[in-house]
Amino acid sequence: MEKGIAITGMGIISALGEGVETNLQALLSGNTGLSFPEILNTRHKHLPVGEIKLTNPALAAQLALPELHNFTRAALLGAVAVREALKMAGLQENDLQHTGFISGTSVGGIDFTERYYKEFQQKPEYRKFIQAQHPGFTSTQIADHFRLGGYRTTISTACSSSANAIMLGAKLIKHGKLKRVVVGGTDCLSKFTLNGFNSLMILSSDFCKPFDEDRNGLNLGEGAGYLVLEADDVLDGKPVLARISGYANANDAFHQTASSENGEGAFLAMKNAMISAKLNASEISAVHAHGTATKNNDLSESTALNRVFGDSVPDFRSTKAFTGHTLAAAGGLEAVFSILSLQNNLTFPNLIFVTPIKETGLIPVVHLKEKVLTHVLSNSFGFGGNCSSLIFSKNE
Amino acid sequence: MSNKIYINGISSISAQPQEVFLGVDPVEYSTNIIPAISPDYKAFIPARSLRRMSKVVKMGISAARTALLDASVPMPNAIITGTGEGCKQDTELFLEALLRQEEALLSPTAFIQSTHNTVGGQIALYLKCTGYNSTYSQVSASVEAALIDGMMQFLEHPEYKSVLVGGVDEVSKTISSFLYLDKQLKQEEVSNLQLFKEHSEGSITSEGAHFFSLSSERSSSTYATLQAVTVFQASNAEAVEAEMIQFLVDNEMPVAKLDLVILGNNGDSRFDYFYAHLQEEVLNETAQIAYKHLVGDYNTVSGYALWLACSIFRMGKTSSIFKLNKKEVQSPKSILIYNQYLGRDHSFILLKSI
Repeated sequence: MEKGIAITGMGIISALGEGVETNLQALLSGNTGLSFPEILNTRHKHLPVGEIKLTNPALAAQLALPELHNFTRAALLGAVAVREALKMAGLQENDLQHTGFISGTSVGGIDFTERYYKEFQQKPEYRKFIQAQHPGFTSTQIADHFRLGGYRTTISTACSSSANAIMLGAKLIKHGKLKRVVVGGTDCLSKFTLNGFNSLMILSSDFCKPFDEDRNGLNLGEGAGYLVLEADDVLDGKPVLARISGYANANDAFHQTASSENGEGAFLAMKNAMISAKLNASEISAVHAHGTATKNNDLSESTALNRVFGDSVPDFRSTKAFTGHTLAAAGGLEAVFSILSLQNNLTFPNLIFVTPIKETGLIPVVHLKEKVLTHVLSNSFGFGGNCSSLIFSKNE
Repeated sequence: MSNKIYINGISSISAQPQEVFLGVDPVEYSTNIIPAISPDYKAFIPARSLRRMSKVVKMGISAARTALLDASVPMPNAIITGTGEGCKQDTELFLEALLRQEEALLSPTAFIQSTHNTVGGQIALYLKCTGYNSTYSQVSASVEAALIDGMMQFLEHPEYKSVLVGGVDEVSKTISSFLYLDKQLKQEEVSNLQLFKEHSEGSITSEGAHFFSLSSERSSSTYATLQAVTVFQASNAEAVEAEMIQFLVDNEMPVAKLDLVILGNNGDSRFDYFYAHLQEEVLNETAQIAYKHLVGDYNTVSGYALWLACSIFRMGKTSSIFKLNKKEVQSPKSILIYNQYLGRDHSFILLKSI
């Protein structure tokens, strides 16, 4: 197997709470973070969401931002998670000068665009948020805030964005382009995405039921998850949380929003990630599934799991019923969950599961399960056919 | 890096006819938001699909297809797209309906096509390409980010023969007009051809698509080798100069041997000093050309600069309309492209002739 790229820090904020420890406790307790919109100003108050119950001013105060800052909600959430990751990795100011920042986001600051769209004309004070609509703006705010001076870029491949950001960071370290890089993603709830998914009729008005025969759609969430990756020659004895030992990205090339019946993109992403890690299917201890709880995704992903693993599909779960689907941030959040799984030898439960999907019969882990884990494969799939799989491994 | 990367296919959709670089008269525009000249999309996309597509998707698929045809590549190993502002027309449609209808009775069509990876996904769908697929959206360094990943594909997968890389952005009615409000655009309407004579804040904007078929193998259609690409942040012109010198040293290209530089001057009195400093100092003896007075400025316009560089390598010359100084160069052997936007996301692309 490949030794992989060292992960030395991680940070997270999700509907389960702020910080790695809080998220771990929530996953252990099996309590969902899903609720109903209180902060998001929408008329769809009946739709469950994974909303972080901190207002923008509260988040800004936490980050000690000046009064006239340019942070939209995704930037605020991202900065909270990046701060924790940097602290855990113990990076010093002179390290940060050359540290890269690769961030995934789907809609960036569109929450401010929808708020001020009709007011930009009249109110000059809002015009600093005109550029916030575009993904690079959010990354710029976060990278500037922490003075991350290395290569900076933004990936926007819908719901696989942060998985692709993690993949790019690993490649940049592997090929010697960077010594240190912060990777992950952030997305906030917005009327734009809530109404978009609602118009597609793939939002559930119940708490979502990933991999259940009676699943009826997803719940949107918000959050941010970031990792610090470092090259082995700058580790200097620092503790390594886990390693990224494999990754792959493939395209389903089937439909703009729907996944193919045979899960070709998901199949290729998982299979090629194992090839890149030089691991056999039997060596994967657990799968952190994308599992959005839409009819289409979960069937397609289950079919792909059966194709990759045959009769011995490893323990798998989706955590979407804990956090909601955090879109571009999902790969970042679930990287943190996968690393927590490896560190604690725990497979977190797939909440609210009752009946297996008829066509595939797969049963996810429904109760917290203790078992030695060595390699966890994490899936993130998105609109546009973008499918990515990452393999996290114990640092052994 | 020992592996060479060749550019074997190119394409351009912009506000100018391609022949401008050979001396055909450029199109003069008198507004600060300029539409791209549409090719015959029907040559690339079935008519029934065309109806549903926004311009960014039509331009993207057409340009991608053209670059692959130019390189005689039926199926690339990977597709990597840059777009600074993505699918603005569909975003605008959905957002305005959402606001107008107060979140009720919305059609999903525009939302479905609003994500930034729509173009990359549609190219994959059109080609039935299940290979690596990613989309970068880092303001004015989105094409550069796609190129950086594209070059790394050949390190990751030595067996890869072809990676399709490009950039695309479109204008939209309302969202593009916001650029006047935050002074990204000049407040007075100007002629594009007079852009460098205006001494005012802001620039002009446009849209376009540029794709490139990268390969590890030289072919009869090779235009150039892609030597190196870098993206960085810099707060002043001296820092850019230092970065440029280091970049050239790292790539064994002394400034004195650099034949041509393509600069991103956009007539914005607040930021053109980044270019002026290089023009007057370290690149004083180098032939300098610019292009944004022809095709406007937008997040993926450096795709035009890259297309222009490849075209110059092929033809050995360019039209005087591009020239910023009097230095003449015939059949350049090396070209450097420098771009930045609003003082951020600076980038260099270095190319060599074959």
